[in-house]
Amino acid sequence: MTPDRVLDCLGRPCPVPVIELAKALPSLGVGDVIEVLSDDPAARHDIPAWCRMRGQEWLGEQARPVGAAYLVRRTG
Amino acid sequence: MASTVHLDAAAAVPLHPAAREALLAALDDGWADPGRLYGAGRRARLLLDAARESVAATLGARPDEVRFTPSGTVADHCAVTGALAGRRRVGGHVVHSAIEHSAVLHAAAGADATAVPVDRQGRVDVAAYDAALRADTALACLISASHEVGTVQPVEEVAELCAARGIPLLVDAAQTVGRAPVPQGWSLLTASAHKWGGPPGVGVLAVRTGTRFGAGLPDGPVNLPAVVAAAVGLEAANAEAAAEDARLRPLVDRIRDRVAADVPDVEIVGDPVDRLPHLVTFSCLYAEGEALLTALDREGFAVSSGSSCTADILEPSHVLVAMGVLTHGNVRVSLHRGTTEADVEGFLDVLPRVVGALRRDAGVEGL
Repeated sequence: MTPDRVLDCLGRPCPVPVIELAKALPSLGVGDVIEVLSDDPAARHDIPAWCRMRGQEWLGEQARPVGAAYLVRRTG
Repeated sequence: MASTVHLDAAAAVPLHPAAREALLAALDDGWADPGRLYGAGRRARLLLDAARESVAATLGARPDEVRFTPSGTVADHCAVTGALAGRRRVGGHVVHSAIEHSAVLHAAAGADATAVPVDRQGRVDVAAYDAALRADTALACLISASHEVGTVQPVEEVAELCAARGIPLLVDAAQTVGRAPVPQGWSLLTASAHKWGGPPGVGVLAVRTGTRFGAGLPDGPVNLPAVVAAAVGLEAANAEAAAEDARLRPLVDRIRDRVAADVPDVEIVGDPVDRLPHLVTFSCLYAEGEALLTALDREGFAVSSGSSCTADILEPSHVLVAMGVLTHGNVRVSLHRGTTEADVEGFLDVLPRVVGALRRDAGVEGL
């Protein structure tokens, strides 16, 4: 899946990746996919939890050489 | 500045006045080696036996099934390693819930272990627990109630499953002993005195007669004055438990209601009803756990957090992770006999402002 936007949060501790994701959301179109790159251990849990709380679609994660890519689709 | 309000009872509570009195008396009276046959030694032996009998009665155990250890953590370690050694011929497999105390998880780390998942409320899935038990399962472990989110676990149901297969069950009852009736059906049980108002440095390990235990039970010298104080503190806590339950439960409900109403974007976690009487946990979206703790401490409130930035290791709480809830901005509030309604109201007055200021500083308001 090719994301519409990539957000590089490598090296930034929790809850920065979630905050950056929330800040980026309004600039996405509905249906767009954003990829959050993070090596913070909390991102794996907090990004799906944020999706649940905010009603956005959690698409899963992909391993990367450093950290992982977390994929979210804007649904509303 | 006013003294700090201690809202971290799940870690340790202040010494109960009865335990303090007993400690001071036992320092004078219980200093001798209980293994000696002269007068002071016999006196120490009587004190130790009385302490063991008293604690055993609370646990529904026989006195000879109860040992004192230097901490609850040591008790957990002894329980896991001893039970595994005792069942080596059966196998080396361990089943535990995903939300055990880290002492149990660390002790089981070298073994072939299956972690049984919990639901969003933090309650272990009994059917999944059943499915995880195998012919080579040497030990099953289930915490009596989550020390992080308060959810009470179905110990007696799991105990029946284990008993039917002849598998010993370790119940870490640290958060329950002294507050609520101890669940039945355990083969091994652990507890920790400073959670009920006894002194720090006293753990309890109970091993049911007939449970195979391979490593030899802990049988070294104990800190006798502290053990005596722990036993007296437990009797005092038991005597007050029903009244404290009735007093603290509505205070926790009050915290749950007001945090949900006054703090935007907060997730209150754990079972709202079938829970420990004194403990509530919530996570504040976009707030950083360590900053939250520091700010609350500055305002005079000592609380705990399961957020990763507050841990020595940079991993978030395995309990919050297992529940699939937000791990950052996490606060655990736990009450004790010294907590007043005014303490709780004071905390609730300060919290929305503290969270709001942190969010303002981080530029995340309105996200």
